[in-house]
Amino acid sequence: MTGPEGIRLALLQIRSQKLKSFFSVVGVIIGVMFLITVVSIVEGMNRYIEEDFANTVYGINTLTLQRTPEIDVNSDPDVERAYRRRPLLRFADADAVRSDLSVPALVGVTSGGQGRLVSDQGVEIENVRLVSASSEIFRIRNYKVERGRAFTAPEDRAGLAVLVLGWEAADKLFGTLDPIGRTVKVDRRPFRIIGVMEKRGSLLGMSLDNYAVAPAHSAMAGLVSPHNVVGNILVRVDDERDMSRAMLDIEATMRVRHRLRPSQSNDFAIDTAEESLGFWTRIRNILFIAFPGLVAIALVVGGIVIMNIMLVSVSERTREIGIRKAIGARSADIHFQVLVESAMLSGLGALIGIAVGVLLAQLVRAVSPLPASIAPLWMILSVVLGVGVGVLAGLYPAARAARLDPVVALRAE
Amino acid sequence: MNESVPIIKTVGLKKAYQLGSETVRALRGVDLLVERNEYVAIMGPSGSGKSTLMNLIGCLDTPTEGEYWLNGQPVSNLTDNELAHIRNREIGFVFQTFNLLPRASALHNVELPLIYGGVNSKERRKRAAEMLERVGLGDRMEHRPSELSGGQRQRVAIARALVNRPALLLADEPTGNLDSETSSEIMVVFDLLRAEGQTIVLVTHEHDIAEHAARTVMLRDGVIASDVPRGQAALV
Repeated sequence: MTGPEGIRLALLQIRSQKLKSFFSVVGVIIGVMFLITVVSIVEGMNRYIEEDFANTVYGINTLTLQRTPEIDVNSDPDVERAYRRRPLLRFADADAVRSDLSVPALVGVTSGGQGRLVSDQGVEIENVRLVSASSEIFRIRNYKVERGRAFTAPEDRAGLAVLVLGWEAADKLFGTLDPIGRTVKVDRRPFRIIGVMEKRGSLLGMSLDNYAVAPAHSAMAGLVSPHNVVGNILVRVDDERDMSRAMLDIEATMRVRHRLRPSQSNDFAIDTAEESLGFWTRIRNILFIAFPGLVAIALVVGGIVIMNIMLVSVSERTREIGIRKAIGARSADIHFQVLVESAMLSGLGALIGIAVGVLLAQLVRAVSPLPASIAPLWMILSVVLGVGVGVLAGLYPAARAARLDPVVALRAE
Repeated sequence: MNESVPIIKTVGLKKAYQLGSETVRALRGVDLLVERNEYVAIMGPSGSGKSTLMNLIGCLDTPTEGEYWLNGQPVSNLTDNELAHIRNREIGFVFQTFNLLPRASALHNVELPLIYGGVNSKERRKRAAEMLERVGLGDRMEHRPSELSGGQRQRVAIARALVNRPALLLADEPTGNLDSETSSEIMVVFDLLRAEGQTIVLVTHEHDIAEHAARTVMLRDGVIASDVPRGQAALV
């Protein structure tokens, strides 16, 4: 018997008992549904983290030098204490990094804090991210000016009290008024607004537009960090291929400046967008280890149910098998027919599971901030899994059917 | 195929079953010769071994001892797969209980032997349809067995038996489940097939059915008790 013929017969059989067929594959449906839903969400998160999150937080081709790593899953108190003993970063460190770099790059500094802004209209907004930064920050971070302009290096060096607002901060403070040229007080110190940045949207529900940037040498610095201290030194290399070179340069510079012996480990952290993904990768790996177990349980249960249904089906059809053998079906034909039926049954279950899983993932995406991205590869894998479970579950029933003696089978009721 | 080769030739055919601790000797040495285009009825009381003989002739089972040539081929020592092939090509079965697939249409039922014979679907459909036309069911092809009368079902079974142009049509009590009027209809079909050159072996316990055959073989206690031309069986 040929493949298409076997599939046609199997479909005929499955169609003739729709409800029973459906219930026999519920296990497979649940298993595959679960697989697709979780994978969709994990993949969605993955893409989100890799494409948006990392580049938003760290920037493209950008190395971030700071005292301690930005994201660290280690909560060991000893490590925490060691972090607190580390030396602070200073403007002089940024200058040294800039002069020691052997590859073309932009170097800038930023420090950040939280605070309150009060407009000259008397509007107050709380919890604004306050940033003091060198003028390179706008190019390093790819910030685009919507209105007005960014501050310049001379303005930074002079420590002028000028301010560039994020889109949301400007909107909240001034609404439809033009903010350019107006005054905003940051902790009672007046700053003149010279620019408003383009809207950037939000990340995991947090606004990326509620901030105010002033020159690193302005009064803002005193509000967000101790004198002469900077939070981060940012290095954006011109060419992606220079990243590791730049990292080595920065490491060498800082080790010399901190007078570290070869036996001592770094007392500073250099983060990249890529490195920050390590944190997410660990979470993802845990998910990918834990949940195949759950899927496997569902599929094994599903397989056992299918095997039982097929055994019942074979014994119900003993006479049919006898008839088929009498008119020339070989044992292999019967074996094949039962296997194909079992595989088709389970494969159809997998298809239903995919459909439900996709719907569930879409639902999760619609009602929660979690993104969901459906990878076609996983759908193919699910079908392969489903068919595989069907084949395994069908092996024993198929062997039983194939072994039937036609004389005995023809006598069955 | 050489016209002089017999369709059935058995020599010393024996079959024993193990029934618990007891050995049942169902056939104790049957020598049977059926030539091409013969129409033979096999008769006998229950327990005479006629079902066993029918299973052996139909290649559904293999003998414990003895030799069997079907259409010139020795078949007593073939493997299951080879027997399946022989059943597909050389034998057409007609059963008392029709043995049609209940969920399949008449057409699909007739197509079945061709499916296992590896005939492509277009050719299959054509030949199955032709065969149903021949048994007068051209307008019932898409009907399921449950939508057909007993006589119609048996004619579907006959169409299925003949669709692969077998050397031997083997009928086991073909009228056992039919009323007398329908029975004679079916027997007319057999007579016509015989006239067209089909070799037929009919297993029955009804004398008036056996009357249609040209020759009656009477089994008793696993051996042939008599083998006589038409009309003389009753005399034995």
